[in-house]
Amino acid sequence: MNIIIVGLNHRTAPVELRERLAVPESRLPEAVARLKGWPGVAEALILSTCNRVELYAVVKDTALGFESLREYFVKIAPTVSGEELVPYLYYFDGHDAIRHLFRVTSSLDSMVVGEPQILGQVKVAFDVALTQKTTGVVLNKVLKKAISVGKRVRSETGIAANAVSVSYAAVELAKKIFQNFAGKTVLLIGAGEMAKLAARHLMQAGMQNVMITTRNFELAVDVAKHFNGLPVPFNDFPEEMSNADIVICSTGAASYLVTAEDVQKALWTRRNRPMFLIDISVPRNIEPAVGAVDNAYLYNIDDLQGHVEKNLEQRRQEAMKAEDLVKDEVGLVTRWIKSLEVLPTILALRRKADDIQKGELERILSRLGPLTPRQRELVEELASAISNKLLHGALVALKAEADSTNGPLFTEIAQRLFDLEKEIEASQLKEAAEETRTVSPDDVH
Amino acid sequence: MNVLFFEVSLLLYFLGTALFLSQLAGRLEGVSQSAFVIAGSAFFFHTLALVSRMIEGGHIPLTTMHEVLSFFSWALVLVFLVVELRYRIHILGSFILPLAFISLISAAALPKEIKALAPIFRNVWMHVTLSLLGTVAFAIAFVAGLMYLIQEHLLKSKHRNALYHKLPALDFLDDLNGKAISLGFPLLTLGIITGALFAEFTRGSFLNWNAEQIGALGTWLFYLVVLLGRVTVGWRAKRAAYLTVLGFAGVIFTLVGVLVKEHPFA
Repeated sequence: MNIIIVGLNHRTAPVELRERLAVPESRLPEAVARLKGWPGVAEALILSTCNRVELYAVVKDTALGFESLREYFVKIAPTVSGEELVPYLYYFDGHDAIRHLFRVTSSLDSMVVGEPQILGQVKVAFDVALTQKTTGVVLNKVLKKAISVGKRVRSETGIAANAVSVSYAAVELAKKIFQNFAGKTVLLIGAGEMAKLAARHLMQAGMQNVMITTRNFELAVDVAKHFNGLPVPFNDFPEEMSNADIVICSTGAASYLVTAEDVQKALWTRRNRPMFLIDISVPRNIEPAVGAVDNAYLYNIDDLQGHVEKNLEQRRQEAMKAEDLVKDEVGLVTRWIKSLEVLPTILALRRKADDIQKGELERILSRLGPLTPRQRELVEELASAISNKLLHGALVALKAEADSTNGPLFTEIAQRLFDLEKEIEASQLKEAAEETRTVSPDDVH
Repeated sequence: MNVLFFEVSLLLYFLGTALFLSQLAGRLEGVSQSAFVIAGSAFFFHTLALVSRMIEGGHIPLTTMHEVLSFFSWALVLVFLVVELRYRIHILGSFILPLAFISLISAAALPKEIKALAPIFRNVWMHVTLSLLGTVAFAIAFVAGLMYLIQEHLLKSKHRNALYHKLPALDFLDDLNGKAISLGFPLLTLGIITGALFAEFTRGSFLNWNAEQIGALGTWLFYLVVLLGRVTVGWRAKRAAYLTVLGFAGVIFTLVGVLVKEHPFA
C-alpha cells in the first residue's frame, strides 16, 4: 500500500491551464467517485483550488498508480491534450507524498505563505471524499493528520501573523494608536481602491464612522452610500478633519492637500487626541512635515510597503520553523503506514498460533480424561509456552524491521513461511467494513 | 515569621522581575505566563508577611520606613495584578515589577524590627495609607507615561521591534495615565489633609513648613496643574506622559527625602 499524488500547481502550470482543469465543487463528488473506480486505485481524493489540482490515491503498485492517475488527469478536461498537460505534472509517493500534503495544508506550498484558505479547501475535499466513501484507513488517517498539522503550524509558528497587504498594514498600525475603533472616525480624502479597501478593513475591525470627500461631490455621495458614511464637500474637509481620528488620503492631486498647519489646527480643536494619517497617493498629498507634529502619526505608501516587506520576511523565517514541524509529523505518519504493512502479518501469526493451540488442547484434553483444575492449568500453560517461545523471535524481527526498507520483504517471507495469506485477506475485509462505519464527515472537524 | 515571609516574597519578586525583564527582549508567550504566576505567589507571601507583622506588632505596620516601602510595593503589585487580569497587558509587568522590586529591596536594606508605637501615633496609619495609595497611583501613571513615550517614539521613527509589538495602543496608555492621576490626586489630597490634622493634634500646628510638608505640597500643586491641564486645555497624550514621568521623579525625591530624614513618628 503506497500513497501517491499526481498534480500541478501555480508554480508548475500557468493559470490558463489551471482554470481549464479545475474541478468545480459541484462536480467534485462525481469526479472523486470516478477516480476511486480507476484501475489500481484503492483510496482516492481530489483537491482542486484556483492554485492547484491534485489527485491523491492509495495504490498497491506505485508505478502503475502513477500511470493510472496520469490517464485520469488527461481525461479531466476534454479541451486539454495529454501532450499539453503532462510536462506540467508532478509526482510524489510515500514519504514525499505525505510531506507534500502536510506542506499544502500548512500553506507552505501556497502562493502567499501563511494564507488561511487552503486548510478549509482541504477540509472540503476530504468531506466530499468521505461522503463518497472513496477514502480508507490510510487516507483518512493521513488527511486528519494533515489538517491537524495545518492548524498546529498556524498556532505554533508566526507563519500567519502580521499583515501582508498595504491596506491591512494600515489597520495594524492604527491598532497601535487606538485600542479599539468603536466611536472612532475615519476620513477618506479621495476614493482610490486601496483607500476604500483600508476603510473596509477598519470597519471590519469595529470602526463605525466614515467621512468621504472628493473633488467631485457626487462621487463622494455615491461612495458614502457604500460605507453608510457621510459625504463632505471638498472645501470643508480641513475643518472637518478635527473630527477624524484616522485620515486616509489617496487622490491624483499633484500638490499637498493637507499641510502641517491644517493638522496642527485640527489637533488644537480635538485637544491633542492623536491622529493617524495615511498617505497612499503618489505624488504625496500630505505634507511630510505633518510627521513632525506632536500627536500626529504620518505614514506614506513606502512606510506601509516597508511593513509588508518586513512581515513577509518574518513569515519566511517562521516558514522554516514550520518546515521542521512538518518534517517531524511526516516521520511519525510514515512510520505508522509502514507498521500498517507489518501489523496484519503479526496479528495473523498470533491468531494462527492461538487457533492451533486451542484445537490441539481440546483434542488432547478430551483424551486425557478427568483432570484436577491444577493439572488442566499446567497442560494449558505447556501449550501456550511452546507456541509463544517459538514465535517470539519471528515477532520481534518483524516489529524491528517495520521501520526499515526490508519491512515488505520480511512480511512476505513471514506470510509464506507460516502460510498466512488467507488469514490476512479475511481480516482486511473485516477492517475495511469497520472503517467505513466508524469514519463519518463529522470526524474531520 | 513575618521576616521569613518577607524574604520568600523578595526572592520570588526577584525571579518575577528577571522573567519580566527577559520578556521585554524575547518573543516567548510562555514566559509572561510563568512570570505572572511567580508575581502572584510573591504577592501571596508578601501579604502573609504584612499580616503576620501586623499580628506580631499589634498595630498596622506603617510606622517605619521599612514598612512604608514594603506596603508601597505590595499595593503596586496589587494594582498590577488587577490590571493584568482585567486587560491582559503582559508588558505592564516588565515595568511595574522592577519598580516594586527596587522599592522592596530598599525596604530589605533597612532595619526590620517592629517598633513599639506611642499611643498618640495610633491613628497615623490613615494619613500614611492615603498618601501611599496616592503615590502608587502616580507610580502607575509614571509607568503608563514611560510606556507611552517609548511607543510614541517607535511609531514616529517607524521602527518596529519586539517592544513595538508588545506595547499596547497609545490611547490605552494615555487613558491609563489619566485615570491613575485622577485617582491619585484625591488620595494625595486626603493624605495631606489627614496629615495636617494629625500634625495639629500632635504638635499643635497644621503646617510648620518643614521639608516634608513643602515637598508634599509641591507634589500636590504639580499634579493639580497636570490634572487641570488635561481637563481644560488638552494636556494629554505626549505632554501628559512627559509631565507624569517628571512628576513621579519629584514624588520619589520627596518620599526618599522625607523618610530618610527622621519622620516625626519613626
